[in-house]
Amino acid sequence: MFAKGYHDLGTPAPPVTGRVVTLEIDGTSVTVPDGTSVMRAAAVASRDIPKLCATDSLKAFGSCRLCLVEIDGRRGFPASCTTLVAEGMKVRTESPKLTELRRNVMELYVSDHPLDCVTCPANGQCELQDMAERLDITSTRYGLAGSNHHHGEVDKSNPYFQFDQSLCIVCSRCVRACDEVQGTFALTIQGRGFHSQVVASAHEPFVDSECVSCGQCVETCPTGALVEKSVIHIGAAERATKTTCAYCGVGCSFEVEMKGDQVVRMAPDRDGHANHGHACVKGRFAFGYATHRDRVIKPMVRATIADPWREVTWEEAIDRTAREFKRLRDKYGADAIGGITSSRCTNEETFLVQKLVRAAFGTNNVDTCARVCHSPTGYGLKSTIGESAGTQAFDSVEKADAIIVVGANPTEAHPVFASRLKQRLRQGARLIVIDPRTIGLVRSPHIAADVHLQLRPGTNVAVINALSHVVVTEGLTRDDYVRDRCEADSYAKWKKFIAEPRNSPEATESITGVPAALVRGAARLYASVPNGAIYYGLGVTEHSQGTTMVMGIANLAMATGNLGREGVGVSPLRGQNNVQGSCDMGSFPHEFSGYRHVSDDAVRGAFEAKWGVGLKAEPGLRIPNMFDAALDGTFKGLYVQGEDIAQSDPNTHHVTEALSAMECVVVQDLFLNETAKYAHIFLPGSSFLEKDGTFTNAERRIGRVRKVMEPRTGFQDWEVTVLIANALGYPMRYRHPSEIMDEIASLTPTFAGVNYEKLDRLGSVQWPCNDKAPEGTPTMHVETFVRGKGRFFVTEYVPTTEHTTAEYPLLLTTGRILSQYNVGAQTRRTDNVIWASEDLLEIHPHDADVRGIKDGDWVGITSRVGSTVLRAEVTDRIQMGVVYTTFHFPESGANVVTTENSDWATNCPEYKVTAVEAIRVVHPSEWRARHESSLRHTTTA
Amino acid sequence: MNLDRLVAMVNDISAFFAGESGPDAPAAVANHLRRFWEPRMRAEIVAAYRNNPGALKNLSEVGRNAVAELAKTA
Repeated sequence: MFAKGYHDLGTPAPPVTGRVVTLEIDGTSVTVPDGTSVMRAAAVASRDIPKLCATDSLKAFGSCRLCLVEIDGRRGFPASCTTLVAEGMKVRTESPKLTELRRNVMELYVSDHPLDCVTCPANGQCELQDMAERLDITSTRYGLAGSNHHHGEVDKSNPYFQFDQSLCIVCSRCVRACDEVQGTFALTIQGRGFHSQVVASAHEPFVDSECVSCGQCVETCPTGALVEKSVIHIGAAERATKTTCAYCGVGCSFEVEMKGDQVVRMAPDRDGHANHGHACVKGRFAFGYATHRDRVIKPMVRATIADPWREVTWEEAIDRTAREFKRLRDKYGADAIGGITSSRCTNEETFLVQKLVRAAFGTNNVDTCARVCHSPTGYGLKSTIGESAGTQAFDSVEKADAIIVVGANPTEAHPVFASRLKQRLRQGARLIVIDPRTIGLVRSPHIAADVHLQLRPGTNVAVINALSHVVVTEGLTRDDYVRDRCEADSYAKWKKFIAEPRNSPEATESITGVPAALVRGAARLYASVPNGAIYYGLGVTEHSQGTTMVMGIANLAMATGNLGREGVGVSPLRGQNNVQGSCDMGSFPHEFSGYRHVSDDAVRGAFEAKWGVGLKAEPGLRIPNMFDAALDGTFKGLYVQGEDIAQSDPNTHHVTEALSAMECVVVQDLFLNETAKYAHIFLPGSSFLEKDGTFTNAERRIGRVRKVMEPRTGFQDWEVTVLIANALGYPMRYRHPSEIMDEIASLTPTFAGVNYEKLDRLGSVQWPCNDKAPEGTPTMHVETFVRGKGRFFVTEYVPTTEHTTAEYPLLLTTGRILSQYNVGAQTRRTDNVIWASEDLLEIHPHDADVRGIKDGDWVGITSRVGSTVLRAEVTDRIQMGVVYTTFHFPESGANVVTTENSDWATNCPEYKVTAVEAIRVVHPSEWRARHESSLRHTTTA
Repeated sequence: MNLDRLVAMVNDISAFFAGESGPDAPAAVANHLRRFWEPRMRAEIVAAYRNNPGALKNLSEVGRNAVAELAKTA
C-alpha cells in the first residue's frame, strides 16, 4: 500500500521532450507532456480513472481492464494506462457502458476474494476495496461458492512482511516492482489462468528466496496480500511525517507512519528526490533498534572504567562532564582535550559539537568518522576540481552511457542507488567494475559488466594510471574541453607522466593482476561514449594511496571531458547517512564549515565575531593522532558523539590502549557500544525518530529529519551539547535546530541560502545553495570548476608497505553486506540478523583447500598487529590470494587485525589491505571470548 | 607522539610530492605538514631533526629536506 495520502497518477511521467499535448477529458481541456498516458492525464486533471494493475512507479501493463475509457473516433474501449494522449483527443472516463464493463470485471475479482474487509490489515487502504466501493459492488452474480483461493497459503517466513495468497488478485504489480524498480527479479507468476499465483524464486518461502526484502512489492500491492507485519500487529497508522533515513548515504525520504507513539511503518516517499519511492531492507524495515531494550535512556557515570556504571540525573552527568573537561583543560591545557562528531547525527548536532570543541574547549582537536572513510575524497576532489563533494545528483545516472563502479558495492551498501543504476544498465548503459571481488553487479539477473578489472588489493592507482595511459596514448582525450577548463601546465605535466610506458596496461599487469587487454578495453569504452560516469566507494579511499586514487579518478574524468553536466561526473558513494554533512559542517581539525582552513584569517575572523571567542589558527589532532597523543600522555579527554571508534577504527588494541590512557572519555550513544567500555561518562543519545534537524546525502542533498516521537532520554542530542556548553560557561541559546541552521547559513557560503522554510517548501536542496543557486545545485562544475581551472596531479603508484610475505601470504580486504550497517549497533538489534548474524571470512576454494579449510570452519586470521577467528565461507567471489570479511559484529574483532597504515594525505586507514595468514582452528578467538565475557560483566550499580 | 609513526607519515607524504612537485617536493611536503599536522606533531619531528637526527634515519631524502624546511620556520 502507498504512503498515507499519496495520489497515484497511474503511470510514470514520460521522458522530458519539451513538447506538450492538449486534449479534452470529460469536457475539460487538459495540457500534459507528450507521451503521457490518458490515465495519467486524467489523474492530473483530478479525473482519476478506476485501476488496479496500474501505479505510477511501474510501466503500464494493461491487464486489469478497469481503466477502460471511450475516445471519440476510436473503436471499442481502450485501456487508458496503455493509451497515450494525442492532440485534440476527446476522452470520456465515465459512461453507463464503462460502468457496466468495470462492474463486470470487479464482480469477477470480488467473487474470488475474501469479503472480511473489516478484519483485513489493508482495510481502508485497499485499492480493491476502494474500487468496489466506487463501482458500488455489493454482491456478485457469480456467487461465492465456486472455486476460489480463499484458503491459499500465507507465507510468514519474512520477518517484516507476509504474503497471503487468498488476498492476491494476481495483478503482477509486485512482480513488476521487483523487476522494474528493485531489479532483483525474485518474483514471478507461476501457473496459468485460474492457477496463476505469485511465487518467490522457484516457489520458495520468501525468506529463502532471492528476495532482498526491499519491500517494494509490499509498497505496490493494491490489496492486503503483501503487507507489513507491523501493520497487522499495530493497526492502521493515524498520521504520517516526512523524514530522512538514518542509514546509508543515499538519504532516502520516508513517510513515518505512526499510531500513538509507535512506528507502524516506514513508507518510502514517492516524491523523495533521492529515492523516488524506493527503499531497502534497512531503511524500510530495520527501525526496531530505536525502541530496543538495549537502549540506554539514563545518563551514567563511573570513576574508573573498571567500576560498574551508576545511573545519575542529567544535571549530575552534565555537571560532571563540564567539571572534568575544565579540570583537564586547566591542568594540561586546551589541546589535551577534544571531540569526535558523528556522521549519524544531524548537521546541526555535528556543527554544535565542533563549535563546542573549538569555542568552548578552546582547541581544534575535533574530527569525525569520515576520517576513516571518505577523508581522501575531500582532499582529492578539493585539490583537483575545487570542492570536497561528489559532482552529480543520483538522477544523473539516467543519462550515463558508460559507468565505472570502482571500489564500491552498491547492491549491498547503497541498495536504492544500485537499483537506479541497474535500471540504467538494463536500458543499455555499459558497465565497468573495478574490484578485487566479483561483486553482485558483475553478474546478476539482466545485468552483466562489460568488463571486470579484478585487481589485486592495493593496486588501484596502477589501474587508474593504466586506464589514463590508454586514453592519452590512443588519442581519446578531449583536448578542447581540457584547453577550456583545465590548467595547461598541470595537464601537460600529467600527460607526459601518464604516457610513460611504465604506466601502460602491459607494464602494470604484473602489479595489478589485470590483463592488459581488459584495461585497454575498459579505457576505450569509458572514453568513447558521450557520457562516462564514475562511482566509487571505500575501496578507493581506504588505502595508503586513497587520496592519490581520488585524484587519479578526477584526472581521468577531466581528460575525457566527463565533468560538468548530467550523465557524467565523479560520485563518491558515502557510507553513513550524514558523512557528507559531518564533513561540510567543519568537523575536520583543520577547517571550518564549508571546507575553509582555520589559518584563513578572514574566515576565522567571521567565526570569532559570530561566536564571540578567539579561535586557534593551527590545525588540531586527527583521530589517529589523538590516539598517539593519548599514549604519549598529552591527550587526556575525549567527547565522542554517536561513533564507536573502538569497533570501527583499525588496530583495536592500539585504540583501546589509547582510550584507556585518557582520564575522561565521554560517550554519547543509543547503546553501550564498544567505546563505552572505556568511558567514564555515558550520555544517552536520541534516535533519528526523536529529533529535528537535517542530513546531507552523498549527492549533497540536504533533507529534513523530523521528530515523530519524544526523545526517550528527555533530550535531543543537540540539546545535550547545548547543556554541556552552558555548563562550561560558553552560552548557547538555541531553541530549535532551525536556529542552528540559520547560523550555519550565515557562516558557510555554500549553505547561505539554506533554511528550514525552504527545505519544507522544496522537500530538499543540494548545496551549493546561495544567491547564485537559490534552489540548490544538482550538477556541479557546469561552466567552470569551483577552483577555476581544473588541476591535474601526477599520480605515481607507490606500493603499500603492507605486503604479503611467507608468514602473511594472503591479503585481507573488508566491506559491507546488505542487511547490516557499519558497526551493526542498529541492525544487529533488528530482525536483519536472520540474514547475517556474524561476520564471515570469504576465502577462495584453492586457498581453503591448501589449508584444509571447509565452509563453516573456524579460521584463525593473524596479521602483523593481531589475530582473531572467523567462520569460513568458501567462495570464488574472492580471487586467490585474497580473503574478505565485514566488520558489523564486535565479537568478530575484524579490526583487531587491521593495521594503522593510512592514506598519506588524510590518515584514512588502509582497511582494504592487510597481509594475513589464515589457518583452520577449532575454537573461537581469545578476542571473542574476552568480548563475550565483557558483555556478561557490563553492569550498572 | 610515536616518532617512527611520524617518520612513516612524512615518507608517505613525500612519496606523493616527489612525483607531483619534483624539485619543489620538500617545500610542498613542508606546506602539507603546516596545513594538516597539529603543532605538537611538527614540533616533535623538528625537535628530533635538531637534537636527535639518528632517530630520523628512516626518513626519505625528500622528507628530510621537508623537515629541514619546516625547522627554519618552527
